[in-house]
Amino acid sequence: MEMDDAAAVARVRSGDEDTFRLLVERHSQIIFRLAFRMMENEQDAEEVVQETFLRAYRGLDGFESRANFGTWIYRIALNRCYDLLAQRKSRPMMQPQEDPDAPAAIDQLPTKNPSPERRLLSQEIEVRVRSAMEQLTAGERIAFVLRHYEGRSIEEIARALNVRPGLAKNRVHRAVKKLRQELQPLRAFR
Amino acid sequence: MKHLSDDQLALYHYRDGDDIEVAGWHLTSCAECRSRLAAIEEVLKLVVAPSVPARGPDYGSEVWNRIRAELPELATREHWWPAIPRWAWAGAVAVLLVGVFLLGRYSSERQSLMNVATDAGVSTATPAQQVRERVLLLAVGDHLDRSQMLLLELSHASGLRDLDVSGGRQRAIELADANRLYRTTAQKVGDPSIVTLLDELERVLLQVGHQPSRLTARDLKRIQDSIQSQGILFKVRVVRANVRKESAQRPRTASSPKKGQTT
Repeated sequence: MEMDDAAAVARVRSGDEDTFRLLVERHSQIIFRLAFRMMENEQDAEEVVQETFLRAYRGLDGFESRANFGTWIYRIALNRCYDLLAQRKSRPMMQPQEDPDAPAAIDQLPTKNPSPERRLLSQEIEVRVRSAMEQLTAGERIAFVLRHYEGRSIEEIARALNVRPGLAKNRVHRAVKKLRQELQPLRAFR
Repeated sequence: MKHLSDDQLALYHYRDGDDIEVAGWHLTSCAECRSRLAAIEEVLKLVVAPSVPARGPDYGSEVWNRIRAELPELATREHWWPAIPRWAWAGAVAVLLVGVFLLGRYSSERQSLMNVATDAGVSTATPAQQVRERVLLLAVGDHLDRSQMLLLELSHASGLRDLDVSGGRQRAIELADANRLYRTTAQKVGDPSIVTLLDELERVLLQVGHQPSRLTARDLKRIQDSIQSQGILFKVRVVRANVRKESAQRPRTASSPKKGQTT
């Protein structure tokens, strides 16, 4: 009999901890994908995956058996991402800071680009996008990633973050506004 | 004409929110808003999801191996727990239960002879009786856990196709056998709530145990209805919680009465 998540959780709660392996194997890939999209860093994503399952295991007594385990663990992962992103914001940036007065590399590129320059431009855009994403607060980033990358609706984001839909919408809007401010100069080069 | 706000345009880009239709109508007739929407979309198109590094099919096992050492209960139990088959575990508990029951009976007879001067109105349960009750409670608690596990699995099984329940059926038969023993013992000890529950549980376990190895969706539904209509899972949880509480209040050995306890 193929054991579903609810049955597996019941077994773990009854003392059969080995069944937790089934849950880990079933949900690891999804959690890793989510964590990587949130953190954009393999090491941090792995940390989120591990910590998520450890937290889930410790908190299994508080899990309501009628709830969906996948949704529950997704939320735990989001919370862990939030914590790590908030910590990352409070840490000094690891990459070298750019001189704000220096002309941006993008501004020096010709409009019609030969192939190597085109590649350089793509790299530059990627760096700028990453940098713009770093400007977002942890809450804005999570809401934006869920909306933009994961295709979640505002209602779903609100449920996942356990906030009011108005707040979820607000975070997405703030994120879009900040990204537009940062990335507007790149529009012409796309 | 009232133009759409940037926030409304961003939501329209994602086709999210309640105002999509209204925004859509407005955009068909407003060149300015269409232009602003295009500007937003151009920027958002730059933000592409990073490609996620591939993880192989064994990734789940790798994660498990990394975290298992940090699950302390698992590390200490797994050396011996899975090695004991379920039927052997149930049998061992039953044998222990009968042994302690007989021992307790013998001890309590001796104790009652020694305690003839016990005051009326004071609890007359001897330490030996309390130990006997504790062992019964622990054994019943374990039995309820295992029964609950089986019933939960059946309750949550999906029934679109025929379901192989040969393993579950065998477990139900073993649990029903053990259940009979616990029920008889509980009757002797005189705990009516446990007796009633075990009586109901036994009927459900026997129903499961008498099913064919493969269940049709209809058979499964019938069992699930039966579990649900009797509220057996809820009753098991309630009695299980009481049993746990009660067993914690009993002394572990006859020679170590709890503080303030009168013998």
